[in-house]
Amino acid sequence: MSVLQVTRASRWYGNVVAVNDITMTIGPGVTGLLGPNGAGKSTLIAMMSGFLPPSSGSVTLDDRPLWRNREVYRAIGLVPEREISFDYLTGRQFVVANAELHGLADPGAAAARAIETVDQTEAADRRIATYSKGMRQRIKLASALVHDPAVLLLDEPFNGVDPRQRLHLMELLRRMGTEGRTVLFSSHILEEVEQLARHIEVVVSGRHAASGDFGAIRRLMTDRPDRYVVRSSDDRGLAARLIAEPSVLGVALRPRGGLDIEVGDLGDFAHRLPALARAGGIRLTEVLPTDESLESVFSYLVSGSGQRGER
Amino acid sequence: MNATIIRLALQALLGRRRFWLLLLMPLVMIALAVVVRTLAGEGAGYEEILVGLGLGLVLPLVALLTTSSALGPEMDDGSIVYLLAKPVSRHAIAASKYAVALLATLGFGVLPLLVAGFVLDASRGGATVAWFVGGVLAAAAYCGLFLAVSAVTKHAVVVGLLFLLVWEGLLGNLLSGVRWLSIGNWAGSLADSLSDRAVIHTDGVGAAYALVATAVVVLGGVWFAGDRLRSFSLRGDT
Repeated sequence: MSVLQVTRASRWYGNVVAVNDITMTIGPGVTGLLGPNGAGKSTLIAMMSGFLPPSSGSVTLDDRPLWRNREVYRAIGLVPEREISFDYLTGRQFVVANAELHGLADPGAAAARAIETVDQTEAADRRIATYSKGMRQRIKLASALVHDPAVLLLDEPFNGVDPRQRLHLMELLRRMGTEGRTVLFSSHILEEVEQLARHIEVVVSGRHAASGDFGAIRRLMTDRPDRYVVRSSDDRGLAARLIAEPSVLGVALRPRGGLDIEVGDLGDFAHRLPALARAGGIRLTEVLPTDESLESVFSYLVSGSGQRGER
Repeated sequence: MNATIIRLALQALLGRRRFWLLLLMPLVMIALAVVVRTLAGEGAGYEEILVGLGLGLVLPLVALLTTSSALGPEMDDGSIVYLLAKPVSRHAIAASKYAVALLATLGFGVLPLLVAGFVLDASRGGATVAWFVGGVLAAAAYCGLFLAVSAVTKHAVVVGLLFLLVWEGLLGNLLSGVRWLSIGNWAGSLADSLSDRAVIHTDGVGAAYALVATAVVVLGGVWFAGDRLRSFSLRGDT
């Protein structure tokens, strides 16, 4: 049972703050580190894997500092986002070399076991240069698993991996988590995290935006008001009818035609809008959700946590 | 030293295209020696080819290419984390990379000196051996220096070339004080002390100084590179 503890950690590069005063505890089981690109996920993982000193605060594994402490790698398996450039090796040679560097008693057997775990035995004796993205990802995972680490850190492990291999990878990580390992993976895709992690940490613009059970955070995300742009044959007429609806929180006329509508209860609104239009003899020409991007979900979360005064 | 790191570094060296460039340089030098020997007779061009081309150009370039490719690319693209995410001494990693670079430099930069020397003038065997020993010293020092440079900048080849051309080449000829900090000059001084007929330098630095200075550069270079590896940080995209 290993615990990664990040305590008031910040990391800046000159004037740019990549990670801003983050405190989190990563324990056994699968944890998803969710955030848009450039949020500081990689910087956090670099600090958690001992490849970056925090500018202030501390990052420890079971109370041992990670920076410049090579002994921690006996307990950590790291799958960096970076591609492996050992193209001149076969997958097996690469994993065996990793086993040897860990000083394992029987590197060959350990490598074979790790390759078996990631289901890569068939291609193990081909050169890495010939591997697909998904195969590279799996051989990276095998190299990180070869010493049976208690902690597994993966930076964007599903990037560029095809759906079938993604499912397989997820299944593997889930198993690692139920075995009692501390598994942390980063992703900028909500659905990936949702499928795999029970516990998630959300990071936005270097700040810790939310932490906890996925269901609660998901609700927090879906509870936010939705915004729509609607164009019709009679914008003012439609606006008058819409404002009488309990599911509508606000309506504004757009300067060049169309309505900005803020919706509280999405289900009810979707049901009522066509009925209202038909009753008034109004033709709807366009119904468009405006801020469905993940970034807007994230920024909502950040402003939400700011309002609650948590940090 | 770490056997696995050495094996990986050797495989990387032999697997890259640079390897053929490495092989090409000594082959051209030996071919030139054969041509000169055939056309101009024994003894002609001995200093020019052995010392000027071999020790002055081929050896340092080979050392620069092997050393920078032993450490540089992996640090550039970040794949060195696969070696560093292990409970292995960082200085052992640096020493292993150094060993492979030195081995390759001895093979492609120093051994050809011996071959070219005997082709050009078989009667000056003593001098040729003296230059060979000087070459071993130069290889050790160049690899140590370039390893340290590769550990701090991704432009190690450019920095190395500037050192060779501007510092050792240009300033070394203009300012006599530079000889104390010129690896080529240390090699010449050692060769000088080993054979009467190796002399072309009039103001060497003495064999003892050359040996001590080389030891300092080698140990300092490996230690420094190991220390840089200890502090290697992985930058996110942010």
